[in-house]
Amino acid sequence: MILELRGVSKRFGSNAAVTGLNLAVDRGEFFSLLGPSGCGKTTTLRMIAGFETPDEGEIRLNGSRIDALPPYRRSVNTVFQNYALFPHLTVRGNVEFGLRRMGRSGIESKVRAVLDQVRLQDKASRMPAQLSGGERQRVALARALALEPDVLLLDEPLAALDPQLRKQVRAELKDLQRRVGVTFLFITHDQEEALSMSDRIAVMNHGSVEQVGAPEEVYRRPRTRFVASFLGEMNWIGGVGLRPEALRISREAGAGSRCAIVKGSAFLGPVSHVEMELESGEICIAQVAAEFTRFQIGEAVHLRWNETDELRFPA
Amino acid sequence: MKRLRRLFLAPTAALLAVTMAAPLAIVCLYSLMTRGAYGGVEKPFTFENYTRFWDPIYAAILWRSCWIAAVATALCVVLAFPLALFIARSGSKKNLYLSLVILPFWTSFLIRTYAWMFLLRDTGLINTLLQALGVIHEPLPLLYNNGAVILGLVYGFLPFMVLPLYATLERMDPSLAEASADLGARPLQTLWRVTLPLCAPGVRAGSLLVFVPCLGTYLTSDLLGGSKTILIGNLVQNQFTTARDWPFGAAASLALMAVAMGLLLAARRQGEEML
Repeated sequence: MILELRGVSKRFGSNAAVTGLNLAVDRGEFFSLLGPSGCGKTTTLRMIAGFETPDEGEIRLNGSRIDALPPYRRSVNTVFQNYALFPHLTVRGNVEFGLRRMGRSGIESKVRAVLDQVRLQDKASRMPAQLSGGERQRVALARALALEPDVLLLDEPLAALDPQLRKQVRAELKDLQRRVGVTFLFITHDQEEALSMSDRIAVMNHGSVEQVGAPEEVYRRPRTRFVASFLGEMNWIGGVGLRPEALRISREAGAGSRCAIVKGSAFLGPVSHVEMELESGEICIAQVAAEFTRFQIGEAVHLRWNETDELRFPA
Repeated sequence: MKRLRRLFLAPTAALLAVTMAAPLAIVCLYSLMTRGAYGGVEKPFTFENYTRFWDPIYAAILWRSCWIAAVATALCVVLAFPLALFIARSGSKKNLYLSLVILPFWTSFLIRTYAWMFLLRDTGLINTLLQALGVIHEPLPLLYNNGAVILGLVYGFLPFMVLPLYATLERMDPSLAEASADLGARPLQTLWRVTLPLCAPGVRAGSLLVFVPCLGTYLTSDLLGGSKTILIGNLVQNQFTTARDWPFGAAASLALMAVAMGLLLAARRQGEEML
């Protein structure tokens, strides 16, 4: 375990941003903090980086407490959401900045190596304003990685990129993490991002962690109603949760099938989402293969699922 | 739309034409004429008023004006930066502090300069107090020297430095300072390596706002500098009043303007390079 948070709380005035948060991140992991805006994930990151001080609890890095240390004494570095590149320094100047402040040796070769890793060797003397969004993001990465931190904190680093680029950068980021072997703590509100990149995900809500686990685990076996709804689509039929892919539609009634009326359908490329209203008035969405027969709006259909796909939560 | 724009601009344009362009043209004209026997100007036209600047006396006055204005500007930067930083980071109290910075403008500059005379003169508050406390036995020469002029200028023009610096600092992305700390910079290193360099546009704007009026000052130097500290502003004033040499006064004021304009252009070019 490289990073550990124990009972960490932070209030801003009357607003509790984080309450009794526990978290343990392993060395070399790609760990995501996933949650809606206002769930306390950014405050958590800011406390680990040292920009906020916890009101309660402790933060340990490599076993020693860091929660009272100023940011410049912590072996963690941050990739900011807006990248926060120094506009008056070149790419090289930005990357060197930390190395110089920390009085490291062999700065030149380190800068070259880290710029190499993010494929920006030929942009070293550019100013940040002359770079594209994707390049800026890589400078921010290089700048933070140059110091070889124990943990790299990434605050929604893909949010500022355009959607086309985002998917490509996801793969690059994951690949970079694997190559450099640094522990990544990745903050995001995008469940797809978290699911596709992380070794483990901590799903946060109302200032605390609801579930920690591998992407498959939190998706397939969500422990709370919130986790179930926040990750992927979720139908609620008679109090149990069912993923759209667990529902099967047919025109013939079968054993245990429920009647429903088709309300609409959305073609999503490889699959379609069919929206239906059950007799109980509940609305649900089923995912069907796109080549499957198209259902007409208003058509009466029969809905089935396996009992093993039902997700039950204590009320 | 375009017509409407012109219509609304017309009053301002007319005002500027009458109050700026016309007097400037008259000053230009006067500077090329000959001094009248009882003031005023006469023919013939001449360049002599400008060649007189090669006289070491006037060159010295111009030089003194420049360095006093430069020192006052530099002191303003040094004093205004911490203040502007403090105000920019004081949250909901910002507006209160800003109004305090502007508060002196509610009183006439003349009266405020007189107040400094009462503080600084031999029988003034400071000297009386220090003597009463037994710190000194003879009054300190606080008034009627270059130091008093610089003090008066810094006092008078400090708000013009604070306001642009504040505007720059206020707009600065706070995550830049955080990024600096995150990368291992101590607070003073962050101030020196990040905050201060990014303040350059504010420093430049403030320096112009302070330097140019300091260069042309005559009130402060007249009241606090006494007869020993003649600045170019006083020179101009003297030429139009006691000396009754209007053409030379006009030439001197144009020389002052030329220096100010040159600096303005230099500052602008440097600003463009920064981008």
